[in-house]
Amino acid sequence: MNIPENLKYTKEHEWIRSEGEIAYVGITDYAQSELGEIVFVEVETVGEKLASGDVFGTIEAVKTVSDLFLPVDGEVLEVNADLEDKPELVNEDPYGKGWLVKIALSDAAQLNNLLSAADYKALIAANV
Amino acid sequence: MSFLSDGFLYLSLPRFPRRAGWLYEEKELHLRTKILKTRKAILKKHDSMMKETAFTVKHIALGAKMHEFAGYNMPIEYPTGITEEHLCVRNGVGVFDVSHMGEFWVKGPKALDFLQRITSNNVAALAVGKVQYTCFPNGRGGIVDDLLVYRYEEEKYLLVVNAANIEKDWAWCQAHNSFAAELENASDHMAQLAVQGPRATELLQSLTDLPLSEIPYYSFRTGRFAGVDEVILSNTGYTAAGGFELYFYPEYADRIWTALFEAGEAYGLKPIGLGARDTLRLEAGFCLYGNDIDDTTSPIEAGLGWITKFVEGKDFIDRPFLEKQKAEGVARRLMRFELVERGIPRQGYEICNAEGGCIGRVTSGTLVPGTKKGIGMGYVATEYAQTGGSIYISIRNKKLEARIVK
Repeated sequence: MNIPENLKYTKEHEWIRSEGEIAYVGITDYAQSELGEIVFVEVETVGEKLASGDVFGTIEAVKTVSDLFLPVDGEVLEVNADLEDKPELVNEDPYGKGWLVKIALSDAAQLNNLLSAADYKALIAANV
Repeated sequence: MSFLSDGFLYLSLPRFPRRAGWLYEEKELHLRTKILKTRKAILKKHDSMMKETAFTVKHIALGAKMHEFAGYNMPIEYPTGITEEHLCVRNGVGVFDVSHMGEFWVKGPKALDFLQRITSNNVAALAVGKVQYTCFPNGRGGIVDDLLVYRYEEEKYLLVVNAANIEKDWAWCQAHNSFAAELENASDHMAQLAVQGPRATELLQSLTDLPLSEIPYYSFRTGRFAGVDEVILSNTGYTAAGGFELYFYPEYADRIWTALFEAGEAYGLKPIGLGARDTLRLEAGFCLYGNDIDDTTSPIEAGLGWITKFVEGKDFIDRPFLEKQKAEGVARRLMRFELVERGIPRQGYEICNAEGGCIGRVTSGTLVPGTKKGIGMGYVATEYAQTGGSIYISIRNKKLEARIVK
């Protein structure tokens, strides 16, 4: 299972990568493999300011629908437009081309409250 | 045929937040964190109680995602995924392990009387070698189960029932056997594979001398297959892709599986899981017991009037009620639909009219692999239940237009 060291994680199996005040959010390799083929990603919160834990969109596999939760407070700036035609990018490259949204962080310090790669690894090990 | 059992839903372990759909119940969203640990404990305990089919070990060896279904440890999908499996059956040939299905024998001089009483279709019209789709009306206007009836010999019939309903159906049959027909529950002594797809017949023909092209749809023959005697080859299936369903003794499971995959290599044969079984049946428009029909839906409402035969001398359970429904009409009808816009209908979503009023609910839905069309079925108020008509599926905060199809 691929769990990059440079990302922060949530119990809901999302990852976040910060670049200053901006951050990218997606779902983990473990999440995509559990869900199976992703066929639809819907994000209708672009331009909205959301709190951590708020639902910013939904992701659908052939047989399931899952909510997507924002890991930290922030404004949703952009959704990955490539996913409209190629939602399978989430399966193929969950930490790269399969990113879901770009956000403006309200408080970068909140990142410290999230799980490290080691924490997340322990979490999914307990799940399996 | 059945796919969903309550047990399956309840015991599924939410390892990722899920909201609706086939594997997971809506209420799980609220429950998920709190009861995660409890669920895990139950699931672990349940693991050891799960039944296996004669092929379970093979599915695991092939790397399938396994899940409890109707008490059996079944493959949901193999590593290639649902889309490829779906397309493999539509364009080539695939094999499903459906050994979890239940089989009852009904024998003796009273077998026909018993079946005429307990099923909705006209068994008197069923010739030896033919198969009939039918249901057990439940005496309260609903359906106990839907099933296939094979007339195996003059006075010997085989009933094939949904895995999730085996115990319920067996109790129902015994409780209504005032005719003293001879009943035998052979569910644990029969394995079943469904070989489906446009190339299925060609592949199967290479393993038997039975002339498969002479077995019409909903007919069967018994004979030697892959060196095994007494295999039932039935021109039926749950995919509308063509092909056969094979019934045999579990002790020959290895031999038949191996022969199929050896001969199947040239045809691109793949194993297919329950996930693609569901997308294929939905695309074909077949009902699934537990989703689209159940103890609260009548065969008339479900569009199963064609298997409900009010013929002379057939005094079946619920006949007066169903005959009245047919004459007077019903308030809702099960309809198939296709989304006009992009989206995926799911079980439980509201169906609305153009004004936004609720006129029904989705019972099954999916995105069709390949065409990527959102399709589904659901009960719709009769005034809106017309082929070609527009309805609206309420998906999250949107109402997406859908067209009712045949």
